[in-house]
Amino acid sequence: MIPANFDYKVAESAEHAVALLNEHGDEAKLLAGGHSLIPMMRFRLAAPAVLIDVGRLDELRYINATNGSISIGALTRHSELEHSPLLADSAPLLASVAALVGDPAVRHRGTLGGTVAHADPASDLPAALLALGACVVALGPNGNREIPLTEFFSGYFESVLEDNEMIVEVRVPQSKGGWNYQKFNRRAQDWAIVGVAVAEGGAGVSLVNMGSTPLRASATETAVAQGASAADAAALAADGLEPPEDLNANADYRRHLAKVFTERALLAAGVS
Amino acid sequence: MSTTITAEQTTYLGKARLRREDPALLTGESQFIDDLTLPGQVWIGIVRSSEAHAKILHIDGSEALAIEGVSEVLTGADLAPMWGEAALPCAWPVTDDMANPPHVPVATNVAKYVGDAVAVVLANSRYAAADGAAAVTVDYEPLPAVTDIEKALNEDAPLVHPELGTNKSYTWPLILNPEAVEEAFANAAHTISERYVQQRLIPAPMEPRGVLASPGVANGDLTLYSATQVPHILKVMTAVTLGIPEHKIRVVAPAVGGGFGCKLNVYAEEILCSALAMDRKVPVRWTESRSEAATSTIQGRGQVQHIELAADEAGKVTAVRVKLIADMGAYLQLVTPGVPLLGGFLYHGCYDIANYSFECTSVFTNKTPTDAYRGAGRPEATYAIERAMDSLAVAVGVSPEEIRSRNFIPKDAFPYESAAGLIFDSGDYQAVLDKAVQMADLDKVRAEKAQRLNAGHHKQLGIGLSSYVEMCGLAPSRVLASLNYGAGGWEAATVRVLPTAKVQVITGSTPHGQGHETSWSMIVAEKLGIDPDDIEVLHSDTAISPTGLDTYGSRSLSVGGTAVFMATDKVLDKARLIAAHQLEANEADLEYSDGAFSVKGTPTATVPFAAIAFAAFTAHDLPDGMEPNLEAHVTYDPPNFTFPNGTHIAVVEVDIQTGDVEIIDYVAVDDCGNQVNPLIVAGQVHGGILQGAAQALYEDAVYDTEGQIKTVNLGDYLVPSAAEAPRYRLDSHVSPSPTNPMGVKGVGEAGTIAAAPAVINAVVDALRPFGVSNLEMPASPQTVWQAITTAQGQGGAS
Repeated sequence: MIPANFDYKVAESAEHAVALLNEHGDEAKLLAGGHSLIPMMRFRLAAPAVLIDVGRLDELRYINATNGSISIGALTRHSELEHSPLLADSAPLLASVAALVGDPAVRHRGTLGGTVAHADPASDLPAALLALGACVVALGPNGNREIPLTEFFSGYFESVLEDNEMIVEVRVPQSKGGWNYQKFNRRAQDWAIVGVAVAEGGAGVSLVNMGSTPLRASATETAVAQGASAADAAALAADGLEPPEDLNANADYRRHLAKVFTERALLAAGVS
Repeated sequence: MSTTITAEQTTYLGKARLRREDPALLTGESQFIDDLTLPGQVWIGIVRSSEAHAKILHIDGSEALAIEGVSEVLTGADLAPMWGEAALPCAWPVTDDMANPPHVPVATNVAKYVGDAVAVVLANSRYAAADGAAAVTVDYEPLPAVTDIEKALNEDAPLVHPELGTNKSYTWPLILNPEAVEEAFANAAHTISERYVQQRLIPAPMEPRGVLASPGVANGDLTLYSATQVPHILKVMTAVTLGIPEHKIRVVAPAVGGGFGCKLNVYAEEILCSALAMDRKVPVRWTESRSEAATSTIQGRGQVQHIELAADEAGKVTAVRVKLIADMGAYLQLVTPGVPLLGGFLYHGCYDIANYSFECTSVFTNKTPTDAYRGAGRPEATYAIERAMDSLAVAVGVSPEEIRSRNFIPKDAFPYESAAGLIFDSGDYQAVLDKAVQMADLDKVRAEKAQRLNAGHHKQLGIGLSSYVEMCGLAPSRVLASLNYGAGGWEAATVRVLPTAKVQVITGSTPHGQGHETSWSMIVAEKLGIDPDDIEVLHSDTAISPTGLDTYGSRSLSVGGTAVFMATDKVLDKARLIAAHQLEANEADLEYSDGAFSVKGTPTATVPFAAIAFAAFTAHDLPDGMEPNLEAHVTYDPPNFTFPNGTHIAVVEVDIQTGDVEIIDYVAVDDCGNQVNPLIVAGQVHGGILQGAAQALYEDAVYDTEGQIKTVNLGDYLVPSAAEAPRYRLDSHVSPSPTNPMGVKGVGEAGTIAAAPAVINAVVDALRPFGVSNLEMPASPQTVWQAITTAQGQGGAS
């Protein structure tokens, strides 16, 4: 497919990117790794008039430990998460999930800030970050603000990010306790039909592709906190959810899968 | 009579050799259609119907024309004078009364499927053409659509082509002795009756299609570049369709990135670009996008099969009776109606079944036309008989391998005349099965399967066998005549020795990934005693290779390769005459080895091939009356088909909680006769198996009841990748075909033919303890989970 016409601007810094966003408003889109946006443009599902390329902002590629949490620059590639010794030690769930995103080409181009901003309920990393209790740092014309991920996603491919804001950093608490990620798909490079992330020994449980946004399975989390078995806690995973329907799965099947994989993830994370 | 080629006796044949094609392909040096560019070229963008069936009320191109770079917007009516009454060709009118409605490149009044071309935009770039096509607005009046082939012949069904008064295209029976079939069923101890659905598949070669038509204005000629498997057929058909004199047309297939049958055709875009190029006197081009390909390129399969077996107490099958409904789509493409017939002779599989009844009814629907897709009819036939044989094994109470052994055509029965009227060339089906069973270690797998079942493990094991035979080497021209096919089945080759003893081979086979250059050079090198790298293989351009019938149906080696083999023999015959003349010896006293002729018993009297090549060029001292130069041309028409066969065994793990299926072992033992290059054979089998497993587990062209397609990109249409491929374990059995001098049979489709029933039989085997005895393809996790849930009642399997 061939995308529609667009203008192309290169951001020299995060501040420059925000200034360009401020100038072009909702006609502009940030281009980072491009592995979600460009396919959408090629299918003409997205037709931004202006692309602001932030892909060259290497100063936003880092993984640092700071005061009990880990700060990750928004332009950090999935493959860098996957191979980070710091994450392997301090947030192994995130490194493990990063290794399951798409295929190697996607992981070498795709960025953490990009996948969070894209707000795709079927993406792996946003759900993993939710389970980990992460927050994002958004830069706007008036400076930075910190947004907990639990308040970030507002709808299907929508977030509370303003048109003139850009994610510059993701902050993840150093995690303790058992963790696991279950990704169910038909081909290695596909999105999850259903995914379940468990962090902090079951204190954080989140679901992929079970609603219009990445979700916390709060009933399951509560049950785990109250000492329920993995099976009993998992049985609550799909409570009240209206998952999407597509060629791979209808809503009933998705709810069933959410329970099966929540139980498997809890067991693997050490909840018995 | 051919014998087994063993690597000990040969220098090149039968030995793995890396493909000479690959360095250029892997480094991006190969020129595909989209890499070509010509000065002044015009791009077309095609406006395609969003409706499955609709009157075209109005087409508004004004917005498109306002886009910079867009020069024209043409409707079907605007274009009609370019092709007049001439329709896109169907070369296979299988019956005299077959309905074949006119099919023009761009629809005029009514669009008949989603993707049907309704208007064309001309522009100076691909981007402008795409923008222009997106900006054309079409007003449709929707009409009811035919989408279910089993309801297409109902009285109240809407009609795809109202002027026909029916949705039926034809009925083709192959019932030689109906009374004997009836009697066999009346006397049967066991009968099996099953219904299987062959879902539509979307071919997905790595390179979609593309066309570049370049007019030679001064001379009135046309060079047509196309990503096609069949440049020779395309040349004839373009001449016939557009009335351009055939000698004025040159067709070139540049590097072609796969086809799997979908480029065995004459497409609207080829005729459209050619017509526009000749009319506008500029090069006209089109490159298909992947999403466009989902509906503008033919689809494969699309059948509902009813198969019945009659068997005696011991499970020996006495009759097979098949009724098929085949989906033609909205129009007949080049060989659309013939595809079910290619399977129509093989529904008894590799079994000695005395009584045979096959009838195919083909219907039109408001969907993309179907046509040949890897295996073309034979995967469907093999699927039906192999699934039904497993059901018979259950009914008789024996293992799947035992039911097959009780029914195989015995090895001493070849040449074997089948109840469908074919002569099977050679084989030892029992030996092939025995080898596969041993490799798969079925006793051990069955023990673990039982253990997991008893333990209530959530991952259950299943074993699936598939024994197949196919008819390849298309085809004896007289047999094709009896089937009403519009062309012959021969193939042509020229072997030309150059003055410096380098060799050009010109082949009428048209490779699009198969490695012909490597294989053909090995054949000629073996016979001439020279290095394969001293041999160039030329093809795919009708100016270089004017005579040929191209590549499809696993025909290249057994027909085209045989022509190369025979032309090399003719070169050697002439070389021997020259050598005898130079050595002043009787030609009968000469022997040829290591690239030189010598007189038997007189080892010093030798003349090397290079000296003969140069002598033939100078012509200074040739035998009286001999023409200069050393070159031979052969057109070979095979006397029979070839019959590759094999047994594949899939072992699957089924997660009964989620329905997920994983192939954990896959054993394939294939008998493709003698092998020229085992590396290429293995590659064909690997890819073929994955393509068959893809039909079993992944791929499905999903349409809704309104005729809207839901799978137009590779995110929704699940072509498996290397990551999904099972770990193949291959072996072979060699029973040389007596039909051709190399004893080869063909292997291009074998894996695809064998794999789908092996995989589904394995999944059903795993699920039988849970009450599941049939599954529709693809056996997606949801389909499997629902089958378990339904069989177990509400609550699902525990």
